[in-house]
Amino acid sequence: MIHKLFRLDIMIILLIVLSIISMFVGVVEVSPRDLLNLSENQKNIIIESRFPRTVAIIIAGASLSVCGLIMQQLTRNKFVSPTTAGTMDWARLGILLALMFFPTANLLVKLLFASALSLAGTLLFMQIIQRVQFKDVVFVPLIGLMLGNVVSSVATFLSLRTNSVQSLSSWMQGDFSIIISGRYEVLYISIPFLIIGLLYANQFTIAGMGEDFSKNLGLNYKRVINIGLLITAVITALVVVTVGMLPFLGLIIPNIISIFRGDHLKNTILLTAVLGAIFVMLCDILGRLIIFPYEISIGLMIGVVGSFIFLIMIFRRVKSNA
Amino acid sequence: MIDLKSISKIYGQKKVVNDVSVSIAKGKVTSFIGPNGAGKSTLLSMVTRLLDQDSGDVLLEGENILQAPSDKLAKKIAILKQSNNLDLKITVRELISFGRFPYSRGRLTQKDHEIIDEAISYMELEQFEERYIDELSGGQRQRVYIAMTIAQDTEYIFLDEPLNNLDMKHSVQIMQILRRLVRERNKTIIIVIHDINFASCYSDNIVAMKDGEVVISGSKDDVIRKEILEDIYEMDINIECIYGQQICVYFDEHQDASVDDFIEDQAQVQIRA
Repeated sequence: MIHKLFRLDIMIILLIVLSIISMFVGVVEVSPRDLLNLSENQKNIIIESRFPRTVAIIIAGASLSVCGLIMQQLTRNKFVSPTTAGTMDWARLGILLALMFFPTANLLVKLLFASALSLAGTLLFMQIIQRVQFKDVVFVPLIGLMLGNVVSSVATFLSLRTNSVQSLSSWMQGDFSIIISGRYEVLYISIPFLIIGLLYANQFTIAGMGEDFSKNLGLNYKRVINIGLLITAVITALVVVTVGMLPFLGLIIPNIISIFRGDHLKNTILLTAVLGAIFVMLCDILGRLIIFPYEISIGLMIGVVGSFIFLIMIFRRVKSNA
Repeated sequence: MIDLKSISKIYGQKKVVNDVSVSIAKGKVTSFIGPNGAGKSTLLSMVTRLLDQDSGDVLLEGENILQAPSDKLAKKIAILKQSNNLDLKITVRELISFGRFPYSRGRLTQKDHEIIDEAISYMELEQFEERYIDELSGGQRQRVYIAMTIAQDTEYIFLDEPLNNLDMKHSVQIMQILRRLVRERNKTIIIVIHDINFASCYSDNIVAMKDGEVVISGSKDDVIRKEILEDIYEMDINIECIYGQQICVYFDEHQDASVDDFIEDQAQVQIRA
């Protein structure tokens, strides 16, 4: 019954409705009725804050979920995601190092550096999991989490030394209230990467069937894996820099879609993107309403809701294995 | 016709495959037999470019295929390996559609759909079409994989231990399908197989390997011989002709009197107790 709701058209309508709601939730009151004659202040709020925020939520939610989906397919493990593979921690370390060593450089240069480091970190993770003998579904992400924590400690140490703990913690907790026009536009860079991901959906699915399987069909396995990892590294770095870390997102959204719609990326990649955006939008709107006029940051909201869903997932899996 | 020219693979000091040269005839079923560790699967992986060889060449109708681009080769040879143990939720039809990837790169045309439909009905999988492959039994799944290679439409099909984990009924079914593919579609089938009686009953030609080398290669009647098989497997093997098939009998032929006595004694002890 539920799986009938996981249709692209229904979900896109839901996303549009939530986006409209998101435009009207906040401290400065703007109601749909005011749209025809907006005051100067309301116009500013919409253009400078509400619209950027809504767009940032859609892009970040959709692209991080797709990252998780690609990573799970390529590693053939349902528990791997930008959080559990340590990709986010590498991105954070990258941006910190960039701030330390070339603070005056253009934001794009810093981003490129952070992307490169998260790509290197993800490749390292892939190398490690190829070498370990345990291929247990839970063991693999544990390696990633440990690696990520080591990287994260290095970042904390460096930031203590350079008195930049505050900026570090702002990337730690995802937060959309800091999104205003002029501060989020780099997020648009992730759209072309998202499109490349959509175009490669078939190839990712085949690569997920294994190296021999791919080679039999004449697929360049290594290249497809590298393209997938490049996409995830760049998108993760972009989101961490602009919004901050959004834990669990890349883990739970692809898994929910997989339960209802299977594992062929051709069928699931768009749904995953839209559901990711819906989920973040919902969490953000709730975060804005619960302690109104204050806000609960999105990182915390997703952390609470996400870890709850994550636990259900683990219990489901344990049950089906037993 | 496929010609292997002095193929070798060395891991460390060990020559897993040592200077193997052998010809595989077109339009036949050729089985590779031999004990564990003889290098059969490694050889098969090298011939199908899944594994790089250390030396040697593979000629497909005179053309060196190891230098051919991988995507072109995917239209000529297909390989099914046993490692296809998947827990992905992919439907039967989606999996079979992957067979068309070398032709359409994932954007299926009308013609691709027709070929997929045809492969599904050839393997009698219509009723499973929309089921996920992880819900199928081993025999059904093997048929799905074979349907995928039919959709891949290659002249040569390699299978690495296709009967693994299958019971007799499904093993016979798979071997009959392979024979049918040779008979009706003029495919060339090359399999690695452990059960020498399946090899004997369903192959045209047999290549016997031991310690990385080819011991003998020829028609099945040339290879299924007492002295040859006893040499390869290092055990007593008797060959009987049953219903016109050469059947190898390699179980204890003579009952061991002392073992029988022991079992009887134990039974007596239990009755008394």
